[in-house]
Amino acid sequence: MATATQSDQAERRTRWITVLLLAPSAFWYLALLVVPLAIVVVFSFGERAAAGGYQAAFTIANYLNLPARAAAFRNTLILAPVGTIVCLLAAYPLAYYLAIKASPRMRLFLLILVIVPFWTSFLIRTYAWMFILGGRGLPAVIEWLGLGEVRLINTPLSVLIGMVYGYLPLMVFPIFVSLERLDKRLIEAAADLGSNPWRSFLQVTLPLSAPGVITGCMLVFILLMGEYLIPQLLGGGKVFFIGNALVDLFLQSRNWPFGSAVAMGLVVIMLATVTIYLRVTRRYGAGRDVSLL
Amino acid sequence: MDRKEFTYHLRRWQKGSISRRQFLGVTGLGVATAVLAKAMPELVMPRAAYAGDLGDRVSLTTWPNYHDPKNFEDFTAKTGVAVEVNVFGSNEEMLAKLQAGGTGWDLFVPTNYTISTYKELDLIEPLDLSLLPAYDPAAMEQRFVEAGTIDGKTYAVSKDWGTTGYAVNTKKITEKMTSWKDFWDLAMGKYTGRAMVHDYQLTTIGNALKYYGYSFNSIDPKELGDAEKLLLAAKPHLFAINSDYQPSMRNGDAWLTVCWTGDGKQMHRDMPEIEYVIGKEGGEIWSDFYAVPKGAPHRAAGYALANFLLTPEVNAKEVQAHGYPSADSRTNKLLPKELLEDPIMYPAAELLAPLEFGAAATLTNPARAEIMARFKSA
Repeated sequence: MATATQSDQAERRTRWITVLLLAPSAFWYLALLVVPLAIVVVFSFGERAAAGGYQAAFTIANYLNLPARAAAFRNTLILAPVGTIVCLLAAYPLAYYLAIKASPRMRLFLLILVIVPFWTSFLIRTYAWMFILGGRGLPAVIEWLGLGEVRLINTPLSVLIGMVYGYLPLMVFPIFVSLERLDKRLIEAAADLGSNPWRSFLQVTLPLSAPGVITGCMLVFILLMGEYLIPQLLGGGKVFFIGNALVDLFLQSRNWPFGSAVAMGLVVIMLATVTIYLRVTRRYGAGRDVSLL
Repeated sequence: MDRKEFTYHLRRWQKGSISRRQFLGVTGLGVATAVLAKAMPELVMPRAAYAGDLGDRVSLTTWPNYHDPKNFEDFTAKTGVAVEVNVFGSNEEMLAKLQAGGTGWDLFVPTNYTISTYKELDLIEPLDLSLLPAYDPAAMEQRFVEAGTIDGKTYAVSKDWGTTGYAVNTKKITEKMTSWKDFWDLAMGKYTGRAMVHDYQLTTIGNALKYYGYSFNSIDPKELGDAEKLLLAAKPHLFAINSDYQPSMRNGDAWLTVCWTGDGKQMHRDMPEIEYVIGKEGGEIWSDFYAVPKGAPHRAAGYALANFLLTPEVNAKEVQAHGYPSADSRTNKLLPKELLEDPIMYPAAELLAPLEFGAAATLTNPARAEIMARFKSA
């Protein structure tokens, strides 16, 4: 009887400790994620107050008005995936070289080169691109070489260049990590079994680095969907993203309800694409894993 | 008091937990300062002159290229108050920040047409003019200060005024430009990819309205519809939609931009080929003010900074740095003659006559806000 009570007490104490330890993160999650999102949902059904801001109401007019921001959705939905793919294509060979081909010294040197830009503010680096892509930068060089007159700054291309530059390291690192963990004997085994290098890359290396590729693509894609600064600075306010439309609706038009509806649109698109992407890639990754093991 | 205790109080004062006066009191430095001040006034007086509860910092919210940084340094040297400067691109944005609350601003620079809205929304306080001895209403040109006074109470005091025209790089653009019609036609025609407009509904829509000769402040749906059509047609031809146009104009990427007096003056000073044009159809004349937001955390320091910047000697230095004319006759007396005769700062009467002050309705009108947003996201 007495022992049962004791173990009861111990169990209760453990439960308390668990609750206490979880409390900060639960609070964090509630206060900074759930509550703000709930506010956005409520706002999205409201009306713009006369002088701007929010006024309580229940209307779906804001959602019906979403096509008015079609261009922003279109720009984001084209440039974010394209940016992610270009990042992937640029990052994979680099990560592969770093993890598999490079000597330890070279690897350290190159890794530092990839990390160094993070020591400078993203804003300043993007400003630097304004000068590189501006009339006195790269276009002047191209013209001097006699390759004709080009306009780079304030075009979708300059936005794409800025995005790939800005997010490349976020793609390189996860792929590098998954390739570095790869057991090189598996490649040797594939070669012993008569597989040519290209085939063993496709059947061994690539599937085993899939977790890194998936993580990298998720990181870059989600951040690109919410991008605001690069379209503003390198797009000259002409290549509008959903992020820019949001800033505009909250800060210039002061139409919080419509802004909230656009934000909900972004959240829904993001959830849908990420879910589909994970479903597809997980099935692919899992199937390969099983066949390899 | 031992060293540890002194350091403790010093830290508290630096963090703002206690005021300067309390700090001087508990540490005994106040008495020491007073003694020292009598013996060697030069050493202590500059700071002691403002001693009291100014605190150690003040937050000023203003526009790009709009002050002489040296004046802020002088203010800090004199009062011990560090000036933190926030820069904004539009009145709409300022209003949105204040509406959302918790800005931490002590002093900000609203434009004439926004002040009645700030007052209605209870975001600014009537000014305590006894704290602004450097401000002399009698010395001010009336039309530039009247928007700051509502129902006999002063809510904002005049900083300076100016016009909204456009800047042209005459080395690249040889046509003689005189009107907003010229601006839009050339921006969409021969000089495609070279023109910039403000990221700002008031002037961008206002000057599109001027293309048709409508009022700069129009909120008539048919007229706004015409303006929107013009803007959407012009958008593919624009170099950028951005209120910070000096870098692009100076490096030659942009040849033509909607422009305020001071930016026009600053660019012309460094690159004489950049000229400033006021559209002959009219456009905007405006005046900017200093105002104190409700709940300013360093209210006293905000007043002290406004008072300092409004002192004619200081204001004259400001005007020479930013190139916007002052409404204060005492300041103007201290300016060199060539500034007072400068056609960018003081345009000819026939150019000024058709200009309009922005109206409160253009700030709060939802149709204008939505047109600008559609233009940008098109």
